[in-house]
Amino acid sequence: MSDRIFGAVGLFLALGYAWAALVIEESFLSDAVGPKAFPLIIAAVLGLASVAIFLKPDTAPEWPSLPRLLEVAMAVLAMILYAILLPEAGFILATAVAAAYLTWRLGSSPIGSLVTGCLTSVGIYAVFHLVLGLSLAKGPFGF
Amino acid sequence: METLSSLADGFVIALTWQNLLLALLGCFLGTIMGALPGLGPSNGVAILIPLAFTLGLGATPSLILLTSVYYGAMYGGRISSILLNIPGDEPAMMTCLDGYPMAQQGRAGEALSLSGVASFVGAFIATWGLILLAPQLVKIALLFGPAEYFALFTLAFATLGGVASTNQAKTAFAAALGIGLATVGVDTQTGVPRFTFGEVHLYDGIDFLVAIVGLFALSEVFLFLEHRHGNADANSSKISVGRLMPSFALLKYCTPTMLRTSLLGFVAGVLPGAGASLGSFISYTFEKKLVDKEGTFGKGDPRGVAAPEAGNNAAAGGALVPMLALGVPGSGTTAVLLAVLLALNITPGPLLFTQQPDVVWGLIAALFIANFMLLAMNIPMIGLFTRVLLIPPRILMPIVAMVSFVGIYGISGSSFDLMVMVGFGVLGWVLRKLDVPLVPIILGTLLGNAMENNLRRAISISNGDWFTLIDSPLSIALWSLAAIGFVLPILFGKVLKARMRHMKKDEEGSTID
Repeated sequence: MSDRIFGAVGLFLALGYAWAALVIEESFLSDAVGPKAFPLIIAAVLGLASVAIFLKPDTAPEWPSLPRLLEVAMAVLAMILYAILLPEAGFILATAVAAAYLTWRLGSSPIGSLVTGCLTSVGIYAVFHLVLGLSLAKGPFGF
Repeated sequence: METLSSLADGFVIALTWQNLLLALLGCFLGTIMGALPGLGPSNGVAILIPLAFTLGLGATPSLILLTSVYYGAMYGGRISSILLNIPGDEPAMMTCLDGYPMAQQGRAGEALSLSGVASFVGAFIATWGLILLAPQLVKIALLFGPAEYFALFTLAFATLGGVASTNQAKTAFAAALGIGLATVGVDTQTGVPRFTFGEVHLYDGIDFLVAIVGLFALSEVFLFLEHRHGNADANSSKISVGRLMPSFALLKYCTPTMLRTSLLGFVAGVLPGAGASLGSFISYTFEKKLVDKEGTFGKGDPRGVAAPEAGNNAAAGGALVPMLALGVPGSGTTAVLLAVLLALNITPGPLLFTQQPDVVWGLIAALFIANFMLLAMNIPMIGLFTRVLLIPPRILMPIVAMVSFVGIYGISGSSFDLMVMVGFGVLGWVLRKLDVPLVPIILGTLLGNAMENNLRRAISISNGDWFTLIDSPLSIALWSLAAIGFVLPILFGKVLKARMRHMKKDEEGSTID
């Protein structure tokens, strides 16, 4: 079943891609092929592959149960928040929180994960900023 | 002779303190990454590319660092195979078969050091093969025009799924998806924006480094979260490592095996679509057929440890040949190495050998140096690496995620890129669940533009005649190879994959009772 859905989504993706290729505005100066032809070939391959997947599906993978799925979704959310807040909060704070969260969700005790998060953050800061001189996000406190 | 003097020049370039230090660091990190289950060579190199890039290392030093990681990871994969019966990376799967039984008999140290020597022999022979074969391939590649290159790219994509691929439709889907991603952005030939939907961030395209790190590293983190696989499977304290040096007699006993399988592995590595996993599989089965008269393979025969290790390291070296000489990688990790070259603005291929010989030969010299370092590192320091296996993933995986973020943020300093990376992480996770290979996606984003440019150049030269693509005997040959390479796995892939799995299962059964 998973592969049928996957094939259908793929086919829609291919159609959308082909449509987006067809509406590319061509400039008056163009080579013999133009900017549309190659994407259209790729769209065809994408579509054919999707149809093949739809018609001959593999056995479905083991999808995680709802709580596990929620777990992954929460991690994605945490990472997106991290991406947004990194320039605001500064590297050390944001990274410590994000790393602590991930460590906690992977099964550490709450206190253990706080310690791990802080150590990870400070460790990365020391190695990449202080030793290697990479510029990391500066927060309100300058680190 | 010319080759030898170029090689000598290469050693002059590689033998600076900075480069030696980078090689040492790369070997060390690579071995650790190879040893940890879940962090293979592709992951390791992928996480480190943005870092090498943002640190402002020159072309040759970055390449030395990252190829050392590549070779190191190939060495490291065997450690967890032998001690834990869990392959550290896919090519090390066959090493479990005899390595783990040896460890159970209290000969883990012997197995580790013997496989270290076998890895060395395999990689050493393969590096010589690279030196001899790559310049010959360059001579052929100089005959290639745009039409032939287009056919060659198609060949690379068609065979990338490998002989053991189970579902070619999914490989094709992945390749098309990758190439499609590469077409996002302003068209290089006419300057019109494509697939950008008015989003300014997309005008200069999707950075392939963002895609690679997201697809490989972050999807791995999600997989661990899904299974809450937070604790180390390691019980390596239970196994006594035993004596560390292999006896001279044992080495002599295994030498013919190592030499034979090195050659076999190298050939498997050079051929498109084979790669290191197949290299070690072929090596093991070949040796089993040839020398296993008493049926000791699978029960802790030292030759069964030496064969796949020599084979997979030789294949890793062999896979560098098409990558350097043609600019078309034949395996997953070399695809990631191609990303390194492109990020450094180096276009691999025949012109690289004539225009930037210092990069090529410096790299080859670095391979020799890394190989000796790894041998030196892997025998006395093996105890250190076995300790690393005890780090639980619940601490390790967040570090991997954070280092990925640091690398990508270091390049662009934009939150948008970080979010795109998270998006690719989710995509990678879903596709992995659905058994869609990720390497063709990477290769597509890397080569998509070059492929399109060659197509358009070929057709512009012939004034819009599409038949120019199948005009020369060379391109017809490439097209037929591509067709065969794509169809063959449909016919034989399932059988081969089943046999690989079956062997592993058999062994597991026999070690239990």
